[in-house]
Amino acid sequence: MNVKKLWKIFLSTLYLSTFTFGGGYVIVTLLKNKFVDKLHWIDEEEMLDLVAIAQSSPGAIAVNGAIVVGYKLAGIMGVIVAILGAIIPPFCIITVISYFYVAFKSNMIIQSLLSGMTAGVGAVIVSVVYDMGRGIVKSKDWIFILIMFGSFIANYVFNINVVYIILIVAVIGAIRTIYYIHRKAKKHDLY
Amino acid sequence: MIYIELFLAFLQIGAFSFGGGYAAMPLIQAQVIDKYGWLTVSDFTDLITISQMTPGPIAINSATFVGNQIAGIPGALVATLGCILPSCIFVTALAWLYSKYRNLIMLQGILESLRPAVVAMIAAAGITILLPAFFLNSQIQLKSFQIRPVLYFLVSLILLRKWKLNPIIVMVLCGLIEVLWCLFCQ
Repeated sequence: MNVKKLWKIFLSTLYLSTFTFGGGYVIVTLLKNKFVDKLHWIDEEEMLDLVAIAQSSPGAIAVNGAIVVGYKLAGIMGVIVAILGAIIPPFCIITVISYFYVAFKSNMIIQSLLSGMTAGVGAVIVSVVYDMGRGIVKSKDWIFILIMFGSFIANYVFNINVVYIILIVAVIGAIRTIYYIHRKAKKHDLY
Repeated sequence: MIYIELFLAFLQIGAFSFGGGYAAMPLIQAQVIDKYGWLTVSDFTDLITISQMTPGPIAINSATFVGNQIAGIPGALVATLGCILPSCIFVTALAWLYSKYRNLIMLQGILESLRPAVVAMIAAAGITILLPAFFLNSQIQLKSFQIRPVLYFLVSLILLRKWKLNPIIVMVLCGLIEVLWCLFCQ
């Protein structure tokens, strides 16, 4: 196995994971920038599909993005070094913070800083939900709208376990996809 | 066994958070607050705040944080491992399937339907964070209504939506104003 290549994959994911603020979608763009535009190790179209895989799998998108790139470039060994690169920075940072947290928490200034920031975080979440929810309502797809309101009621009002909601909706999604594939195939037969 | 509990809890969080970012929030809440009581809602809110300010995904950050709080570095390692294991298996399997068949229709169909459910659950988790901030001791009554947090919230929304300000800046502003208020007005 090409050690130099593995080292490069590790350093790239380590670097991106340390300096990327703003969530998984940002890191995926930067991965593309690095491996498609700069290093030319992956072609553009394949990268789009790899990103789709990263986004449609469960888990953190930054980690998933590192996994697909690692796998594509160097197989299982590539996956391992890419994951290490993606995980080490947040692991170290949060470990340090968590040791200071108890001391932090009893400090008046830090306490009011965090409690003030809570309202800001809430606004950020509301804003994200608004953007995502608006997209779904605008799609005018009644199944999606029904899923959205149904899941909210199931989760918030009836306290149904999030895992069950996801499994049930995944089944609905699978049935819906099969239905569309069949309909497409039928239309194809007519012409 | 605390290590096994940590591992299994974060394994579920890793396996069922579709859509990245905030999508992990309702799952973390279900396991870490509701089921095991490892964190309070207020700790969890701080954790989300810290996650916003540092690089790294919310799910990984919570695994490391909760693991450290509950069982030290070994706990953090076990929780983080549990959190990424489903990704490793799922993503590698999909990447392998893709390299063989190059077809993702079914997967994308399922994902498309999951998105509205994920939005709904993020909204529910958001309410869980905001209620205790707006009402003292989470009691929804007029006398426990907190004016300042609601003001911060409304101003933040305007800064985010109208002025398109960076979320991190908006949050830090809220924090700093609250600090100033506590120092000079109390």
